Amino acid sequence: MVLPDYRIYEHPILDFKRGRRVKFYYRDKVIEAYEGESILAALYAVGYRVFNRSPKLGLPRGAYCMIGKCSSCLSVVDGVPNTRICVEPVREGIHVEPQEGLADIRRARRQENVETIRVETDLLVVGGGPAGLKAALVAAEHGADVVLVNDHFVLGGQLVKQTHKFFGSRDYFGGTRGFRIAEMLSKKIKEYNNIRVYTNGFAYGYFKGGVVGVAVHGEHPLNLLVKAKTVIAAPGAAEKGLDFEGNYLPGVMGAGGAQTLMNQYGVRPGDKAVVIGSGNVGLIIAYQLLQAGVKVEALAEILPRIGGWFVHAAKIRRLGVKILTRHSIVRAIGTERVEKAVLQAYDEHFHPIPGTEKEFGVDLVLISIGLQPDTKFFAQAGAVMKWVPEAGGLVPIRTWGQETSVENLFVAGDASGIEEATTAFIEGEIAALSALLKLGIGGKEVEERRGKLIDFLWNEYRMAPVVRRAREGKLKVTVSEEEMEKIRIGEYT
Amino acid sequence: MSYKEKGYITPEELEKLGLLPPRERLEKGPVVIAECPEEIPCNICVHVCPFKAIRMDKIYEIPRIDWDKCIGCGVCVPQCPGQALFVVDLSKPGQALITLPYEFLPRPEKGMWVTLLNRRGEPVGEGVIVKAWQHDRTWAVTVSVPKDKWLEVRAIWIPEK
Ligand SMILES: Cc1cc2nc3c(=O)[nH]c(=O)nc-3n(C[C@H](O)[C@H](O)[C@H](O)COP(=O)(O)OP(=O)(O)OC[C@H]3O[C@@H](n4cnc5c(N)ncnc54)[C@H](O)[C@@H]3O)c2cc1C
Ligand code: SF4
Ligand code: SF4
Ligand code: FES
Repeated sequence: MVLPDYRIYEHPILDFKRGRRVKFYYRDKVIEAYEGESILAALYAVGYRVFNRSPKLGLPRGAYCMIGKCSSCLSVVDGVPNTRICVEPVREGIHVEPQEGLADIRRARRQENVETIRVETDLLVVGGGPAGLKAALVAAEHGADVVLVNDHFVLGGQLVKQTHKFFGSRDYFGGTRGFRIAEMLSKKIKEYNNIRVYTNGFAYGYFKGGVVGVAVHGEHPLNLLVKAKTVIAAPGAAEKGLDFEGNYLPGVMGAGGAQTLMNQYGVRPGDKAVVIGSGNVGLIIAYQLLQAGVKVEALAEILPRIGGWFVHAAKIRRLGVKILTRHSIVRAIGTERVEKAVLQAYDEHFHPIPGTEKEFGVDLVLISIGLQPDTKFFAQAGAVMKWVPEAGGLVPIRTWGQETSVENLFVAGDASGIEEATTAFIEGEIAALSALLKLGIGGKEVEERRGKLIDFLWNEYRMAPVVRRAREGKLKVTVSEEEMEKIRIGEYT
Repeated sequence: MSYKEKGYITPEELEKLGLLPPRERLEKGPVVIAECPEEIPCNICVHVCPFKAIRMDKIYEIPRIDWDKCIGCGVCVPQCPGQALFVVDLSKPGQALITLPYEFLPRPEKGMWVTLLNRRGEPVGEGVIVKAWQHDRTWAVTVSVPKDKWLEVRAIWIPEK
């Protein structure tokens, strides 16, 4: 039987330089893939859409987030259950099995002989997206010893899938395509021998004395215990889900998940799509779907106005993509995957208006209704948090220097409240400068640079009307050193 | 409905915001139009213009073109991340020349006939490519269009062979 081929060979922006050919087993089938692909991407490329089943009802589960955050793709890899195959690279000869519901731990192999190693460092950076990369570079530049761990096997965080040219200040890569920024920074990281990098390394817990446990997964699993004088955590965010009939069907995906497939791995996520949500993410991905040869039937927005920036909307509108404001999805239809999507008009009270259903024959329903900070690490560490809708949900309270209520633990990037890459870079840099001050490195120069950056971030960059709301959200969780001291002893309300 | 509800801006809205060059200037030769009406934190165009024809004090202000300094060279067109810059030349008889950004396949080539699209993605005629060059994989394509369509055409679509 000839398997279908969803790989993209010609693209207006990207050249997919595929790595060495690799063969692995899925069930009893031999799958051909390329080095650098995740297992899920390789399976998706040859037509697989169902990767797991729900424990009770056995409903199909497809790809959703593609960045290791949603657990939709849990599979058994070489005997290890609960492996997120979206962030697990393909390797020659591995055996991959779908996991039907909960895994049976008695059948799990290989976990007894995991080696534990201990390392010490000045600064541990958790997360290698824009915030973490910038933080690691700034600290290393000043001579600090740095350990950088990143859950994904590729550094760059969300940048690796961003093919559009960035906005923002030229000082922070404005005008450069996101994936190029990721390449540039990753290359720079490698030039420093005072930065030790562990990709495929998931920080699972914060322990007494500033020790962080890191599970290095993959070919050579490792339990890494990092004793760090300072920690900057920048684990990013996860896409929010949406409640509607049939939302479990494979083909209903985070818009960022589809973006990962097409732009990072060069795998076309489907043929026809509707996109739900008109924030920048939805608008940008609609445009990139067109570039990847996917037809965008409509983009729905429940509010009366487009959420993202006008220029992004204009780009897809002039190519004929319909933007339906006051609309949302009510139903996805299909058996093992999405075959149709039903959109409906909503009134000003957000009630669906009967008789306005529109049916679209699509195989993709892409959800982009916002991101949610990934704050598990901070919660476990005991950082005081606050629910701030403008920031995307629960976020740690921090000082102007990005330090949380857990001393020497700093937060930066989307995990500190959803914004964008430019602010992630700046927050990462501020956090690194704060960590350097704690470490007693740099002194006056560092202090001045930090002061200037904080001023630019709060009093110029975030003053732009389109990002003011995010600024207000962050103001609610940013406090002075004195206030933070009170929070630490429980005296703050 | 404003542009933020529709996803496209109308000539009337552009006029009101002072974003359209005066007619006499347009007839003198190529000049840029910035269809960037919203205060977003971006100043790429200010930095890339070799003639310092774009003004902005704070990073989020909307770009203002100095119509006398702009020579319509098109350098800014493929570099604007919002794809909001278009060069229009009304100095030739019969036809208008529009330079616009393009990031799709097939590759544009001089002499190709293309479908002209308006801001809503509706086909409004056909035009011919007179020039195409690339900056970091974004094409700046100059198309010749019927003169009365200069304020309408904002995209092209190249039919696959
Ligand atoms: C579609 C889209 C378009 C965008 N467009 C723009 C734009 O035009 N301009 C702009 O400025 N911004 C843009 N952004 C926003 C920008 O990409 C994000 O704000 C930015 O990537 C956030 O950076 P970060 O470093 O906080 O997190 P991320 O980039 O998400 O990186 C987090 C990293 O941490 C790792 N990680 C997570 N948990 C752990 C753990 N426990 N242990 C170890 N590692 C972990 C992850 O694997 C990941 O690599 C866009 C975002 C999206 C999704
Ligand atoms: S067209 Fe040339 S001169 Fe005019 S603003 Fe753009 S770069 Fe400057
Ligand atoms: S570069 Fe483009 S998007 Fe940025 S301010 Fe200038 S015109 Fe607007
Ligand atoms: S965890 Fe793999 S798709 Fe979300």
